[in-house]
Amino acid sequence: MAKSKIETDRGLDARMFMTGLALVVLYAIIVTVMVRLGVSTVLVIVIAGALLFSQYYFSDKIAMFSMHAHEVTPQQEPKLHEIVDRLCLLADMKKPRVGVAEIDVPNAFATGRSPSHAVICATRGLMNRLNDEELEAVLAHELSHVAHRDVAVMTIASGVGMLAGLVGRMAMWGAMLSGGDRNSNGNNTALLELATWVISIVIYIIAYLLTMSLSRYRELSADRSGAILIGKPSVLASALVHITGDMGKIPRTDLRHAEAMNAFFFAPALAPGTAASLFSTHPSLEKRLDQLNKLERELNG
Amino acid sequence: MGLRDTIFGRTKQVAPKLDNLFALPSAALTLETELDLVPSGQAGLCFKSGSGESTLTTDDDIIQLLNFDQAAAKVTITTDDLGFKWLVISDPDLDSLVTRIHGANTSMVEHGLGPRLLCAVFGFVPKTPPGEGSVRLVYLLKQGTFYPFAPTSASQRDNELELRVRSFIGDDLVMEKDLSRWMALWNVPVS
Repeated sequence: MAKSKIETDRGLDARMFMTGLALVVLYAIIVTVMVRLGVSTVLVIVIAGALLFSQYYFSDKIAMFSMHAHEVTPQQEPKLHEIVDRLCLLADMKKPRVGVAEIDVPNAFATGRSPSHAVICATRGLMNRLNDEELEAVLAHELSHVAHRDVAVMTIASGVGMLAGLVGRMAMWGAMLSGGDRNSNGNNTALLELATWVISIVIYIIAYLLTMSLSRYRELSADRSGAILIGKPSVLASALVHITGDMGKIPRTDLRHAEAMNAFFFAPALAPGTAASLFSTHPSLEKRLDQLNKLERELNG
Repeated sequence: MGLRDTIFGRTKQVAPKLDNLFALPSAALTLETELDLVPSGQAGLCFKSGSGESTLTTDDDIIQLLNFDQAAAKVTITTDDLGFKWLVISDPDLDSLVTRIHGANTSMVEHGLGPRLLCAVFGFVPKTPPGEGSVRLVYLLKQGTFYPFAPTSASQRDNELELRVRSFIGDDLVMEKDLSRWMALWNVPVS
């Protein structure tokens, strides 16, 4: 956890603990199911473990690659480095590597398996849209993710869901195989395994939802720590307003540049579903602004 | 695009849609009352100069084709640093500016330049100088939709002002609904 000055939010901690607890309970159920199944327990654990570990170990490379980001030196991006330098001094933490993604979508992310392997990355669109103060607020939010070890936490959390999915698939294969030859007990076994399959899918969905809500809590606490670090919650709020919602969608790309590749512009119009806030990894803008407003009042009062 | 075009990988060239242009003067009234923005008296038509389609090889050819009464309106052609040509028309009266832009479009379409046309831009400036920043209304000819563009520097735009413009004139004009199409036009030669 982030050291020193950053205070804790008890309510948030409690909700996070409950989410974590629910995940552990789910994990226990999955293990029981696997033991009942008997056959492929070891294999399941080995596969899931290996996948999870590589996802965790190479998280910085995977995230940087998928966002088309590259690491930058202080000579290339003096302003960005200066802000990160200052924030790290302020929070008393080791300076992570700094990267830039050359895309117009305003976003930032922090990744890496531990604070000493962390990379903090901003997109070009983010730097173009925000002023220095707002950029500092967003980077403070990302640094809080590093300090909170969110990559490790979220990897472990999502691992449970992955395990459940694997068990589900194993059970499905088992059901199909034993459905092939019907001896006296075959019917029963097939039914049992079908039930296991259904249960694991339900577990998978629940685990997924819980992971998402855990992720939203982590975002809120990163908002909180970041805002306290820079001492101005309202600046983070203004940065959020500028990069999310309608304003974040308006491009900085020139019409004349875009025209050349117009044929490839297939903007998928995703209709916002009712479950959007349940399924999304980030809390809604209103929720985040509410928290920051409250914090602003606390800091002033 | 139909199935056959998809299979054979052909693109149909899109003809410009011009009808929505004529709603602009009434939207301009709203802009003046709500945001204190008045027409700057300049409008521009942006197109990509190409080869082959037409005999209009020089700028003079284009100006002659448009057959403007040179006394009433000033017409210039400039090429910007991205290689696009701008036909810039100055006329203090917005109604006649819209008519001229429409006329220019129509004659260019007749001469086979239709697919080359990119957008039309109308300038709006604050009525009282220390007011809001200036706004350009961009008309996407292929889509037939408007969107506001309010640059504050060489690579910054005032999104808040743009969204406010939309909220006021959204009823008067056909606005571009997809915000990711509100592309910037940096260093636009229309004031």
